Amino acid sequence: MLKDIFTKTKKKKYATIPSETAKQDVPEGIMTKCPNCKKIMYTKELVKNLKVCFHCHYHHTMNSKERLASFLDANSFEEINANMISENPLNFPDYIEKLEKDREKTKINEAVVTGTGTIGGQKIAVAVMDSTFRMGSMGSVVGEKITRAIEKADELRVPFIIFTASGGARMQEGVLSLMQMAKTSVALKRFSDNGGLIISIMTHPTTGGVSASFASLGDYNLAEPGALIGFAGRRIIEQTIREELPEDFQTAEFLLKCGQLDAVIPRTELKDKISAILSIHQPGGDFQWQEN
Amino acid sequence: MAGELEFERPVMELKKKIAELKEFTKTADVDLSSEIEKLEARLEKLEADIYENMKPWDRVQIARHPARPTTLDYISYLFEDFFECHGDRAFGDDEAIVGGIAKFKGIPVTVIGHQRGKDTKENIRRNFGMPHPEGYRKALRLMKQADKFRRPIICFIDTKGAYPGKAAEERGQSEAIAKNLFEMASLRVPVICIVIGEGGSGGALALGVGNHIHMLENSTYSVISPEGAAAILWKDAAQAKKAAESMRITAPDLKELGVVDQIIEEVKGGAHKDVKVQAAEIEEVLTHSLKDLMDLTEDQLIDHRYNKFKSIGEYSFLKEFIGVK
Repeated sequence: MLKDIFTKTKKKKYATIPSETAKQDVPEGIMTKCPNCKKIMYTKELVKNLKVCFHCHYHHTMNSKERLASFLDANSFEEINANMISENPLNFPDYIEKLEKDREKTKINEAVVTGTGTIGGQKIAVAVMDSTFRMGSMGSVVGEKITRAIEKADELRVPFIIFTASGGARMQEGVLSLMQMAKTSVALKRFSDNGGLIISIMTHPTTGGVSASFASLGDYNLAEPGALIGFAGRRIIEQTIREELPEDFQTAEFLLKCGQLDAVIPRTELKDKISAILSIHQPGGDFQWQEN
Repeated sequence: MAGELEFERPVMELKKKIAELKEFTKTADVDLSSEIEKLEARLEKLEADIYENMKPWDRVQIARHPARPTTLDYISYLFEDFFECHGDRAFGDDEAIVGGIAKFKGIPVTVIGHQRGKDTKENIRRNFGMPHPEGYRKALRLMKQADKFRRPIICFIDTKGAYPGKAAEERGQSEAIAKNLFEMASLRVPVICIVIGEGGSGGALALGVGNHIHMLENSTYSVISPEGAAAILWKDAAQAKKAAESMRITAPDLKELGVVDQIIEEVKGGAHKDVKVQAAEIEEVLTHSLKDLMDLTEDQLIDHRYNKFKSIGEYSFLKEFIGVK
């Protein structure tokens, strides 16, 4: 009818739902949605930007492999103790299966990767915790590998740098996990007394026993923006003191305000800043006036 | 009897019955001595049965007994001339940790320990034995002082854990604990730690980096409380009893895991039944421990501590190499 021509076209009352086949046309992983600002971006570009969101600067989780690639000079990393694996000292049901599953998923053998490498040409010993493996929790292997990395730094007389990312002690290894806090701290003290330089970079999350041992024992304690850092869990504190906590409680920025950190450094500036710190601590540290 | 625990009720009931019979024979003109003898024999067997086969959860109950002797109780029996030192020199004095100087059998020592209360009023003052950072910093200050004057250090461990509070986080609970672990490593004097009640997580470990670690028979030492473990593992804090069993938190467990050096025998039914006798047991172990360690040089003491903690943990190696490339 003629009058139909002048009426506004009715808005569709249904949303377009892509068909199953259309969905599969976009292979998984091409796009990434930022969990913070919900914006969608190309994964490749995000990775190129060290997994820092272009829009809100949210620092996406980095696994150990990505971290090493982003931080060390290319091809400089030499891993040590890569095939050390956990036992089941408490005979905890399903523990071994869970470990195997995570090994399969992450292609690493435990929640920390250790070794040596160079940054701006300067040799360091490094330990990178990986929160994609059992939430980065610390059991006997994590404690032992970190301790051996510290001993390696001591042996080579090079700085020790650790990236922490951990929910804390691993429950399935009970008190042995707790003792790893002491083991790593005792090793750090020996290294420190021998003049070794320790830099700790806390990434999201660094809590519990890891926060209460090596993570807090750097000559320089640094953190990535927005990282959750603390000893006790937020919920436990809220239940204990029966009041709500501020939103920024236990964030890197909160800790900086409380005087617990030297600096909060965006991931994109991290390598340069660490290089600068290292260059102030040149090996030997013996300053000599240049003869003119 | 006040403070009796569930698992020891049969013993208590039998004891009561015997007491009643004894009372009865005094007043009535009947001879029940053979009956009483029989019952006493049964009591002995029952006590042996119950107290020698204690389940982990029974030990947890004893470790948490409100009347269980505290650090200050043992200090009064074990040391002379105890002088308590207060404050961390930076923020305040945390009464959840006590410390000071004293003499043990004539030897000058520094004594530090977690301190909980025995009643509500004292528990509020002591924050239920759950320290804030200033407590750990006070402890560290006293340890450094002991190091300066070459006094052995004796630590009593008895806490549910470091206090999980807002102020504690703001003042650096993590850093305070970490610093203690770090600094205790290089103390040039013997450090002996004795777990007398609950050894709860990092809050306990912060006084626990010793050359020797001993545990009272019915004390516990764990990475998380049984309730906490149950809440995480099975989403049900009520399963604490089961968690206590699977987490291996008792003194015999820790001895087997290679964490603890010696188990200090307890008075039958728990230390609270006779503090004096219990203190004597501790004194004996402490004497031996101290004698052994005082033979070591300063460097040997530091190495000894390093090797002790280095050896804790279980791991193996995969044959094939799978590394990050």
